[in-house]
Amino acid sequence: MTEKLNRTPLYQAHKQLGGRLIEFGGWEMPVQYSSIIDEHLAVRSNVGIFDVSHMGELEIRGPESLSLIQKLIANDAAKLANGQVLYTPMCTETGGIVDDLLVYRFAADRYMLVVNASNIEKDLEWIHTHSETGVEVENRSEETALVALQGRNAPQCLQTLTDVNIAEVNYYRFTEGDVAGIPTIISRTGYTGEIGFELYVEARRAADLWAAVYEATNAIGGKPVGLGARDTLRLEARLCLYGNDIDETTTPLEAGLRWTVAFDKGSFIGQEALIRQDGEGIKRRLMGFQMLDRSIARAHHAVYHKDRRIGEVTSGAPAPSLKCNIGLAYLPIEKSKINAKIEIEIRGRRHPAKVVRTPFYQAPI
Amino acid sequence: MFPADLKYMESHEWARREGDIVGVGVSDYAQAEIQDVVYVELPEVGTIIEQHQAFGVIESVKAAFDLNTPVSGEVVEINEELEDTPELVNEAPYEAGWMIKIRMSDSGELEELMSASEYQAMIETEENE
Repeated sequence: MTEKLNRTPLYQAHKQLGGRLIEFGGWEMPVQYSSIIDEHLAVRSNVGIFDVSHMGELEIRGPESLSLIQKLIANDAAKLANGQVLYTPMCTETGGIVDDLLVYRFAADRYMLVVNASNIEKDLEWIHTHSETGVEVENRSEETALVALQGRNAPQCLQTLTDVNIAEVNYYRFTEGDVAGIPTIISRTGYTGEIGFELYVEARRAADLWAAVYEATNAIGGKPVGLGARDTLRLEARLCLYGNDIDETTTPLEAGLRWTVAFDKGSFIGQEALIRQDGEGIKRRLMGFQMLDRSIARAHHAVYHKDRRIGEVTSGAPAPSLKCNIGLAYLPIEKSKINAKIEIEIRGRRHPAKVVRTPFYQAPI
Repeated sequence: MFPADLKYMESHEWARREGDIVGVGVSDYAQAEIQDVVYVELPEVGTIIEQHQAFGVIESVKAAFDLNTPVSGEVVEINEELEDTPELVNEAPYEAGWMIKIRMSDSGELEELMSASEYQAMIETEENE
């Protein structure tokens, strides 16, 4: 018995483009259209278009919106102006990560939370549990599609389709305007380590928006990009993947996300635990490593130092932009120094690796 | 579509007989499915392997797949080119992308493998499912 998979409004477009569809967190999504490596490199050198409509959008409305959001998240949403975006973890009482998400401020009494597809139901339940009067929470995920346009040529590509001055949409800002005549939220965010935009659109207009953006992308030699390259792009940029690198058993401090924790902003869920952990010092930290031979580490492979098992790989893959194989793993602090030698056990044999600085890849400015 | 002089396994490896020696690789269908071969792990020369056992691993960007042995015997040669250029498996799966050569211990095992037309029929059936 297989459960019926969700499909985004762009399912037909993926079929037409020859996308290879796989199951991902209950969704039928394109893993690749041509080759994961070619798609990855297209984003690094030019531009790529992605369907990420599986992501969840939750609208928070009402006079108590900010106070609810501040209680739920570790970062400080009070410093947001209208049209600004914030990346943040949402923590449990013990500092574990319920989800990592983006907070969009539309107005003092209207926000949007963009959450991981696999966490939509869990997050809604968590939010309702902690909700108070004076705030409404609405799941807008089904009626909202999301198209990402990523790469150094994304601004010029998008500019051909809109009267909005794209150059004025700064990093982690958004604006509302027509793209190809379709009302869109244009957000300068992404999950690739490149300049780029995420375009939120009503699901019923998604196919038209995709067609227009695809055409503009294709006209300059860009490519449609599947989840396969999305994963290698985000890993090179050391962006965490929920369920792999972070979850309810890991804290933002351990995950290298201390910059997202506003310890003194006022009370939030997990604050006491995080302050305590920060004071005592973390015992392990999510570190990047590079394989020193040709082997490829994958999630769940064991990490060894001499004969002691010291951790587990949370993400691992070839890095097409770096021509080596990389990964992330939680390592004990004393074993996490840059250049420290570790070993990854792959199919019963240990392979040499070393701890390296992250991000593995940084886009040239 | 598939070379008629080769024998095939259900797991998409091919076998080419040259006297007592059998060359092994993966089919064009398999390389197209895997795409972007980024790593091939092969056994050492001298390893004794048995039919249907895994002799190595082929990896794409996303995943690793076992390579299965078409005939029992001793590994007498491996394709060392694949260490630096695993993409040969994509570019020329029946020629430069070969993987190992086995001195077979029982030539009867070759008869258990599929012919090109049988392999073709199997793939068509799989694709229509």
